[in-house]
This record gives sequence, structure tokens and C-alpha cells, in this order.
Amino acid sequence: MFGLVAVAAQLLMRAAGMEYCLTQLTMSVYYAIVVMGLCLLMGYAGQVSLGHGAFFALGGYTMAVLTTHALIPDPNAAWAGWLRQARILAARPDLYGNQVLTVSPWAAFIAALVLTSVVACLIGYPALRLRGHYLAMATLAFGLIVSKLLLGSSYTGAADGINGVPEWQLVPGLVITGKKVNRVENYYIACGLALLTLWLLRNLVHSRVGRALQAIHDRESAANAMGINTALYKLKVFVLSALLAAVAGACFTHYTGGIGPSEAGALKSVRYVALAAAGGMANLWSVTVVSIALNYCSLRGMFGTYDNAVFGILLIIIISLTPQGPLKPLRAWLGQWLSRRQKKAQQRQRAA
Amino acid sequence: MTSLLEVENVRRAFGGLVAVDGVSFKVTRGQVKGIIGPNGAGKTTLFNILSGLIKPEAGRIVFNGRLLNGSKPFQIARAGMSRTFQTPSLFLQLSVLENVMVGRHGRSRKGFIGCGLRLPGQGTEERSIHAAALAQLEYVGLSHLAEFPASTLAFGQRRMVELARALAAEPALLLLDEPASGLNTKEKEDLAVLIRKCRDRGVTILLVEHDMSMVMGLSDDILVLHNGAVIAEGAPAAVQNDEKVVRVYLGG
Repeated sequence: MFGLVAVAAQLLMRAAGMEYCLTQLTMSVYYAIVVMGLCLLMGYAGQVSLGHGAFFALGGYTMAVLTTHALIPDPNAAWAGWLRQARILAARPDLYGNQVLTVSPWAAFIAALVLTSVVACLIGYPALRLRGHYLAMATLAFGLIVSKLLLGSSYTGAADGINGVPEWQLVPGLVITGKKVNRVENYYIACGLALLTLWLLRNLVHSRVGRALQAIHDRESAANAMGINTALYKLKVFVLSALLAAVAGACFTHYTGGIGPSEAGALKSVRYVALAAAGGMANLWSVTVVSIALNYCSLRGMFGTYDNAVFGILLIIIISLTPQGPLKPLRAWLGQWLSRRQKKAQQRQRAA
Repeated sequence: MTSLLEVENVRRAFGGLVAVDGVSFKVTRGQVKGIIGPNGAGKTTLFNILSGLIKPEAGRIVFNGRLLNGSKPFQIARAGMSRTFQTPSLFLQLSVLENVMVGRHGRSRKGFIGCGLRLPGQGTEERSIHAAALAQLEYVGLSHLAEFPASTLAFGQRRMVELARALAAEPALLLLDEPASGLNTKEKEDLAVLIRKCRDRGVTILLVEHDMSMVMGLSDDILVLHNGAVIAEGAPAAVQNDEKVVRVYLGG
């Protein structure tokens, strides 16, 4: 279903000669992956995180730093040569044309995942053993710290962020890059990743794990009395959602060729939360659609300088009109309309 | 006859109020043991201590040969002790059947990776959880409500679903906290039949109840609490005629 819509959108844009729009659509799809993870964390498990922008940035910056900085003091050392052969290190020209030895994207990706898991565990472990909004506070503080660190450190490019991130060859023939010739291919890479995420999360939701998460959301003490290790489950779902944000951030960085400190900002984190809320929280499909659509409009600059304000107002309208997300009422309305049409057709038949 | 549960000198105070004050008793395998006492006698606190929701300050709890002091509720549940709550606490976002399936949690294994990636064996486990939960719903006579949201159920039905959820874990010991309160006469009769059926199936039952005819009719053995302490223990007939029990609880 998602695949069909994705293909249809691409063909439509080609037909309309608007293929340049695919770039923003690809970015929106990456953002949506963050929101999907939040949907599981907040909508199903009932735990609020205000720091997912920071996890997105953590994934992106780890990739950016490792793939652009010359981290090896002596490129000619024997072990460096060995690591090059193992394709963990790669040589590439820096901004001035000198050859530098950097970490290859796949190795950097694994490092980003490991780093994100460790950080998420460190934040989640103390905060999730308690009941209440401790996670929200801890993640908010974490987000603020990360964005200040990124802004203050010349190593991460301070306010400019990091540019010149190389392309990422996933497998021979599939490259994450912002180059125009790879635009369609990258759109499908992003959609494929989103589809994989949706599959993973839907499997979880309709399983023993999903039921346990919803039980924790509803009545934590009763869930614990049913044999669910609530503290561990909350930690695991938090780490999983942080990892999804980091994966999205890593791909996004290679796609746009760089990343800036605003990605880690509190406004971004709040926007992810708001998107999950607007999509109806415990409603993966609706969350995905709403977040792609709204982020796309925002990235196309449709809201101009009022971006955050328009965004906020739209979200308030959606949340107050359809607290379960806009898709459910739409489906109900469609169903009613169809059955009414059927009835009319039957009446007409009877009359004739 | 071996004892399944041994409680020794368990104590717990809230501020200056001693809710459970040095309670000791044993529960024999296969029996139904009733716990009665006036409001505030410490019955629910005792249940919360047994199921791990509250930590005791002193005393020992040995269940099935295992020392349970300081264990978390989920560990106690997995050791084979299931409970229901005084006010039914179903998971209202889930369907009736899903609620009972949650009760099966400790009896199944597949976690985030197994379920997320649908590793081999996950489908089989999911089907067996589904079948076991449906069987428990049939057992309490509510299988026709399986797909309804739990929030749509009437009070008495919630009680029964909660019982099915506790039974789904196939517990050795079932703790029932005032299962008959709020039920009408017909529902109470059904409940009594069901509790007897459970005992005949080999489940040992610890029952806190205010409905005297029910608790006297069902229990093999009765423990009377007053101000957090045991004031009498024995067969229903003996307890009913105990002078102290009559004075503080039953009324003369």
C-alpha cells in the first residue's frame, strides 16, 4: 500500500515535470522515520521523549565526523593499511584536495548505532526506572546539551555544521547521495527504509511485545504483575526509537551532504512529538502520512517565514478535531458515504 | 500435604500506621484459603506484599521453595503467582482477548528482535498464545466478547476477564482480591462455581472476600486479620464461632 503510493507519487511528479520535488519528499520520508519510532515509544508504550532531534543529530554527526575528518595520525602505519584493506578506512580528498584517510560510511554507520545505543541506555536507564515524566525531562535536557555542544565545538563545525559528507555506497549500484542523477534512486532508498521500518514496527505492535507495551501504557503496575519486566521493556523501546532516529539522521546526512546544529534543537524534537500527536499517536499509518505531508509542505517553504507558527496552528487544528489522527475519521466517513450510495442504488433498483 | 506458600512474621508500616504487623501463615497446596477481616485490617496490603507491589520491612515469604522477599512483581508472577485486583484493572486500550493474551506474557519468550523481524517460531508462539487465551476466555464463559474493546465491558464482565487473564499464566497460586464485590447474585454464583472449578484443576487459591456466605462456602481454611495481625485461623465453622472474631468482625 505504502509502496504503491510512493511509486504513484514519483510517477505523478515525473509526469508533471516536477521531479525536483522528490528531493524534499525524500527528506520528509527520513524525518518520518524518526516520527514512526516516536509513535511506538509515545503512542504505544506511553513514554514521552523530547530529545529525538538530538538522536537524529547524533546519528548524522557521527557519520559526518567520521567520514570527513582525518582521524588517523599516521596514514602510512601498518594497521591503517590493514584497516583500509578491510574497507573500514577509506581515502578521500579533503576540501583542499589533499588525500586524507577517513572512516568508510558503513563502518561509521555501525559506530553511530553503537554510540546511539550507549547514549540512549545511559539516559533511559535511570529515567525509566521511575514512573512519570522523568524521561521527558531527561531527554529535553539531553537535547539541549547536544545542541549546545554541537554549536560550541569547532570539531563539529559550530554553527555551520559539517559539509562535504561523501556519498554512501550501500551496495554496488545503490548510493545515498544528493546528486541530481541519483534523485529517483534515493527517493526509493528512503521509501524502502521507511517501508522496512513500518514492517518492523507493525510486527512489533501486533505481537507479544506490542501488547506488553500497551499494557505498560495503560496500567504499569498491573502490567508488571502480569509478568512483564516493565523497566526493561521501556528501556528497550526507548533505545529502539532512538536507533531509528539515528538511522534516519545518518542517511539524511549522506543524502544532503551535510548536517547542521539546528537538527538537534529543541524545536525539532518538539516538532517530531507534535507530528506523532497529530497523526493520532498509536496509529502508525496515520502518523507516517501526516508527518510526510506536513514536513514536505514545510520543506517546500509553503509556510514561508511563518513556518513554525503555521505548523503549530495546523497541529492544534488536527489534534483538536481528530484526536485519533485524521485517517480514522476519514475512513469512517468514506465507509458511510459508500454504504449510503449502496443503499440509494438498492432503493433505485427496487423502485424500478 | 506440603505448603505452597509460607509467610513468616511479615510487617509493613505506612508512617505511624502499622498496616501488616507480624503476620505468619501457610497455604497448603490445593486448598482455598480465605482471608477475612474488617476494612483496614491489612488484607489488601498483605496481598500487595505477596505480589511484590509493596516491599515488606521484615519477615520472610517462601513460595514454592523460593524466597520471594524483595522480588519484583514480574518475577513473582513468573514464579507462578497470579493476582486479580480489587478494582478490575484491565488494559483498556486492548481488546478482551488481547488482555488475556497479556496474561500469557510470562509463559512466552519472543522479544523485540524475534517479534520485530518475525523470526522462525514467532508465528507458532503467537498462535499458541492466542489459543491459550481463547481457551481461558471460554473457561470463564466470555469467548463471545473476545474481539470487543475491554473498555466496553460491564463491571462484572471485567472481573471475569481479569480472572481469565490471571489464569492464562497457569499459576500455581491465584490471589483473588475481593472478587465478588460489586457483583450481583447471579454473577456471584457463577464466580463461586468458577473458583471451585479452578481448585479442582489444581490451582491453589488465596481469597480476600467480604461476602461471608461465599467465603465460608468456598474456603477450606480461613485466616482472620484485625489491625494488621492474625487473630484467628482454622476451619470455617471454628472461625465463625470464635469469640474474638465474632466481637471484632462478624458481630454478635
